[in-house]
Parts: sequence; C-alpha cells; structure tokens
Amino acid sequence: MNIAATTPRATEIQSMTRSDTPLVRFHGVRKSFGELEVLKGIDLEVASGEVVALIGRSGSGKSTALRCVNGLERINAGELTVCGRALHGGKVDLRDLRQDVGIVFQSYNLFPHLTVEQNVTLAPRKVHKIGAAEARDLAEQVLAQVGLSEKAKNYPEQLSGGQQQRVAIARSLAMRPKLILFDEVTSALDPELTGEVLRVIAKLAAEGMTMMLVTHEMAFARSVADQVVFMHQGRIWESGKGDMLDDPQTPELRQFVGNGL
Amino acid sequence: MRGCALSYEFDFSFLNDYMPELWHGIWLTLGMTIVSIVPGFALGTSCAIGRLYGPPWVQRIVTIYVEGIRNTPLIIQVFWLFFGLAVLQVRVGPFPAAVIALVINVGAYTAEIMRAGFLSIPKGQLEAAACLALKPSQSLWSVQIPQAVERVYPALVSQFVLMMLATSIMSQISAEELTGVAYMIQSFTFRGFEVYLVIAVIYFVMACLLRLTLLGVAQVSFPRRRRLGTPL
Repeated sequence: MNIAATTPRATEIQSMTRSDTPLVRFHGVRKSFGELEVLKGIDLEVASGEVVALIGRSGSGKSTALRCVNGLERINAGELTVCGRALHGGKVDLRDLRQDVGIVFQSYNLFPHLTVEQNVTLAPRKVHKIGAAEARDLAEQVLAQVGLSEKAKNYPEQLSGGQQQRVAIARSLAMRPKLILFDEVTSALDPELTGEVLRVIAKLAAEGMTMMLVTHEMAFARSVADQVVFMHQGRIWESGKGDMLDDPQTPELRQFVGNGL
Repeated sequence: MRGCALSYEFDFSFLNDYMPELWHGIWLTLGMTIVSIVPGFALGTSCAIGRLYGPPWVQRIVTIYVEGIRNTPLIIQVFWLFFGLAVLQVRVGPFPAAVIALVINVGAYTAEIMRAGFLSIPKGQLEAAACLALKPSQSLWSVQIPQAVERVYPALVSQFVLMMLATSIMSQISAEELTGVAYMIQSFTFRGFEVYLVIAVIYFVMACLLRLTLLGVAQVSFPRRRRLGTPL
C-alpha cells in the first residue's frame, strides 16, 4: 500500500524525483513520555546515502529521535516519513518498516545462545526465508564487511566488545537495509575498541550506506557525517556540515563542544 | 528394648519372591514420569507465555489455574480428577488418570519457573528481535524460549525429579506404582522396614538417573553449553 498517496503531501512527494525524496523526513515531530516532552518539534531530512550524526547532552532527545525512525517510539504529533512509509497516525506495519531500517544498539544485544553466524542469519532465514546455503554465503559476505570472517563459529561471549558490536553491525547489514541507525554504539567500549568499530562505520559510509548515528565521538562526527545535528532540550539547536563544530553559533553548542574536548 | 533391637534379623528374601512386582512398580513409576514430562513442560511453557503476553482474560485464567494447583495437595487433585471423571461418566484407567493429574500439576509449577526464565531475559534481546523484523512467534521460538529454558534448566530438572517422587501417591487410585507395590509386599511379609529401605534406595537411584538423563538432554539441546561449558 502506498501510504504516501493518502497523506496531504502526496502531490509534493510525487512531484519530486525519486533521488530527491529524503529517506527520512521529520516534520514538526513531537514526542512525550507522560508529562515530559522530549521532542519539541523536530524538522530533519536524511537523503539517501547521507550520514547524519545526532549529538547533544544526555536527555537532549537524540536517542528518542533515532528510536522514532524504526518505530521503537511512536511520535505524538507532527509527521515522520521513513523509506516511503508514514509513521504518524494510523497503523504502521513495523515489521515491514524494519526490513528497510536496521538498528545497532549500545549494548550490542547479540543473541548469546547463537553463534556469530546464526546471529547474523537468523532474521534473513526467518523473515526473508532464505535457504541454508544462501545464509552461509550471506554470513560470509557481511562478516567480511566487518572484518570478522574467522569468528563465524564463535559465540558472542568469546568475542571482545568491539568484535561483538561489529557482529551486531553485520547482523543489521544481513537484512540489506536502506538505512541503519546507530544508537551510541561505542559508548560501552574503550578507545581502542571504539576505533575498530568506527572504522567499520566509516567504511560503510564510504560505500554509500545511509546512516543516522547518535554519538559522543565528536571527531568522528566531524569527519564522517554529511550533516551534524546538535540537539538541546528536545529541539534541533544547530545543524550543518561537520565543520560547524569548529565554529559554534550558539553558546550551548560552544559549551558542549568545549566540554567534550 | 536394646536387646530386642539387636536380636532383629534382617530378611530381604522378599526381593526374590516379589521381583516381578517390583519391576512392574518401577516401570509404572518411570512410565508415568517420562510420559508426563514433555506435555507438562509444554503446558507450563504455554501458560507462562499466556500469563506474560496473553490478553487479560488469558492471564486471569492461567493465574487461577497456577495458583489453584500450587496451593492444593496433589493427592486431592488426583482424587478430584479420578472420581470427578467417574461422576461425569468418563471412564479413564488409573494410569492415564495419573498422567493427566501429573501433567496438570507439573504444568502449574513449570509455568512459574518458565515465567521467571522469560522475565530474566534482558529487554534488549526482545527489542533486537523485534528490530530485525521477526514476528512475535519467531522471537519466542528462536530467541526467548531457548534462553529462558537455558536459564531455568536446573529448576526444571528439580521439578521433574520432585514430580517423579510425587508419583508415590498414585496407588491411591490403584495405579500400582513402586510405593503401591511396596505396601502390598510389606502387608504380605510384615517386613516393612526392609521393604521401605529397599524402595527408598530404588527411588534414590531412579532420581539420580533421571537427573543425569535430563542433564544429558541439556548437553544436546544447548550447543553453547557443550562448546564452552557455560554453567547452567
């Protein structure tokens, strides 16, 4: 079903050429948890192939914004369109959406009872119904992408944190998503392991994967992101190219960047 | 008194005379135990899932069932089922009646054990499964049930061993399992002390064997444990 056609903006969306259609479009998005409004009107567009870094203090709403994109949180007001599907109003087929939108978590969330290969191929086998041979090839391919081909038969607990996180990235890649969300994926890692995970993400970015990252790695955001979004108190306070971090326009970003260095 | 005790002569000749009956009792005890384990586990797991994820009316029914069973004696449940079915004109033999009662009984305890197992799985696991576009049923089968079982396996083993020991009341509905046979032998031989000593040893051995068997099942079912020696 073409959800876009039923929205008031259908003509607007259809008038654009396909490549111009943003993969993700926030328009006045609001989200509350009880009394607490954590997103107070977010406008943001992510084009296909773009890397967007969300930065900001804890509690600024960046993780919530990210989690709205694959339906882990439901927005209360505004419009949110992801990969051609409207996530506002009406019923949303989350399983359908999530075949296009992968996510990698801070705590990896690998399945501890399954081997690396089984972790990576579980969803393609169950959801895309691929066969055993195809699954093996797929695992080989995505594990090579994250540099862990030799760990296919290991269990997650046998791997370092950085390796586990790379397996989680491979698990996401195995679903062939159009967009991957990274939710503070290096926050639990030491600097060395952080480096190995960031290198994998940078490689994916170079290969053209569309990504949204919530991150505290300012240097990484500056160098890899096409768009850096600084969130403060539930609003987008400042956004721009990576070099905006060198020349903050608001005292809040100046203070945030200053504290981070 | 002391002289009396010392002059007591042990007599285990019943072991010879009643061997077929003893074997019959052992097989019946083992039989009703083994037949009850899988359906009892399935019933308990289904109830745990129903109580955790089902609609409110399912949760209510499961709660009533679990609490009803866990707070009444097994022997009353057995009588109630056996004589209740008779009142309803349903003819069920002692062995099937015993098995049905055991499944219903162990299902309630298993439900609580498995519920604890499901609750102990970190939320991130469920989120990860959902974010990989797995259906709730696929998440249950591939992610939640294997992890829940692995986490509570020792408690499940204890419960099934307890269930085997609890079959000792089934002679009350004329399923002549091991304890029933023991009662019969001692009433013929008046060698109660020896008979029940032997029966206790037999139960002990059977319980150890059941434990070992179930741990062997774990070695096959949990490849990670086999590979890494992860403690259960």
